[in-house]
Amino acid sequence: MSNNPIMLEVKELNKKFGNFHAVKNLNFEVKKGEILGFLGPNGAGKTTTMRMITCFIPPTSGSVKVNGLDNKVNDLDVRKKIGYLPENNPLYNDMQVSEYLRFVGEIRGLKGATLKSRIDEMYAVCGLAKMANRQTGKLSKGYRQRVGLAQAMLHNPDLLILDEPMSGLDPNQIIEIRELIRSMGQEKTVIYCSHILPEVAATCNRILIINEGAIVASGTPDELTSSMSKSNGYLIRVKADKETLRTKLSAIEGITRVDIKESGEWLEASVTTGAREDVGEKIYKCVYENGWTLNELKHHSASLEDVFTQLTRG
Amino acid sequence: MQNISAIFKKEFKAYFLSPIAYIFITVYLITTTFLFFQGFFLINQADMRGYFDLMPWVFLFFVPAITMRTWAEEKKVKTLELLLTWPISDFEVVVGKFLASFALLSIVVLLSITIPVTIAILGHPDMGQIVGQYIGALLLGGAYLAIGLWVSSLTENQIVAFIVGNPFVTMASPSFLVPVLSYLGLGNHFESISRGVIDTRDLIYYASVIGFFLFLNVCSLGSRKWE
Repeated sequence: MSNNPIMLEVKELNKKFGNFHAVKNLNFEVKKGEILGFLGPNGAGKTTTMRMITCFIPPTSGSVKVNGLDNKVNDLDVRKKIGYLPENNPLYNDMQVSEYLRFVGEIRGLKGATLKSRIDEMYAVCGLAKMANRQTGKLSKGYRQRVGLAQAMLHNPDLLILDEPMSGLDPNQIIEIRELIRSMGQEKTVIYCSHILPEVAATCNRILIINEGAIVASGTPDELTSSMSKSNGYLIRVKADKETLRTKLSAIEGITRVDIKESGEWLEASVTTGAREDVGEKIYKCVYENGWTLNELKHHSASLEDVFTQLTRG
Repeated sequence: MQNISAIFKKEFKAYFLSPIAYIFITVYLITTTFLFFQGFFLINQADMRGYFDLMPWVFLFFVPAITMRTWAEEKKVKTLELLLTWPISDFEVVVGKFLASFALLSIVVLLSITIPVTIAILGHPDMGQIVGQYIGALLLGGAYLAIGLWVSSLTENQIVAFIVGNPFVTMASPSFLVPVLSYLGLGNHFESISRGVIDTRDLIYYASVIGFFLFLNVCSLGSRKWE
């Protein structure tokens, strides 16, 4: 993937609204075949950044290049390459689904048989065939969301930008749409904004976290979580003498902290380790050698939520 | 061109998807026909002068009703963000929307064809004059539409768009400005048209009013790009 051409290049991007500096010197690039998760708390500048990439508003300074085209100079050409699902998914409520998709297709420059086959494909992919003649304003939230996705993917864009694509979908649909995004991500580029962190971790192969307009972290989901030392550790449930357990566990190399509490006849020890320490085997050996009865040994690492809260909370 | 026609079709259809077009056509025809025939038999002349004299006042209330939702709705439902990130220029969107509203207004105005037919049965009107008057009415309506669309682009509230769209065309103004404004005003140029005289000056006047306000409309869409 590292040899793939760069699809989106954002350089020293700044946006000021009056005195409010919404986006501060943003630099990143996304390659073809990447699914980039774009995370940040409310008001971090996610939507503003998306709006600048999609040519809705211009940056105060800095540049955005899509497939090598500068989006100030080649405004309309850039827009042709992008499929965009804005936050809260606006739709023309009095149009039927089929009318709406035809309208979008015409503006996208699709005609005749191509347009028809693309629309049919979107019906199949987004499960909309049954709803073709319904008014978009009367659909349930999940179906509206699918219409929004169909709109964004209709012209088979090189760069797909999705702002909260899963909101309102049920778990089955989420799995379907996630598969869809992943398969699009094979040859296209997807930028995925969301607050649902496990969803982002499951779908994206790279994550960018921004806070107050600036990038605070970037990397694969694994890199981000393993870079966190906090709350990386093990949970052990054994029958043993409390003090012996504490001494023996503390003696294991790599364990920085041991907390023990009693739960019925069992003792629950939670141990904290350094960032990348794998002490599971040592713990097991220690338990085995002392002849304790083991009920549970579980590794737990920092989740994306932990990373997110640590980086973005005041 | 494909873009303009896509916008045109969508907007034109939208009028008929909601009750707007139907209510508009009905109320317009009832009101104007009623007002005209009130005096028609008293004056006892086979022409439509009285009908077209009403136009500047009738349009004052009817045209903002067509235009008020055009941009206000896009802003409120936030479809504007989608529309303006599709590969279509601001100018094409504005022109497409204007043409759609103009097409609706033309249909409504031309549906009053029953009046000249009635008059032709009752007497011998000058048909050339009536055709000229219709063309003039459409030009006047076009100018009102362009103004109404621009006002709608300034707000996301339809009611505001309606009410502000209104006095803008009446141009209530201090007395020393009256001669200037009445020359610039839309009604003044309509007087000769309502007599059936189509003067090049009036044509150019209406065309430039339409062009100017469509231009302002493009600017107000572009204002999202200003600092």
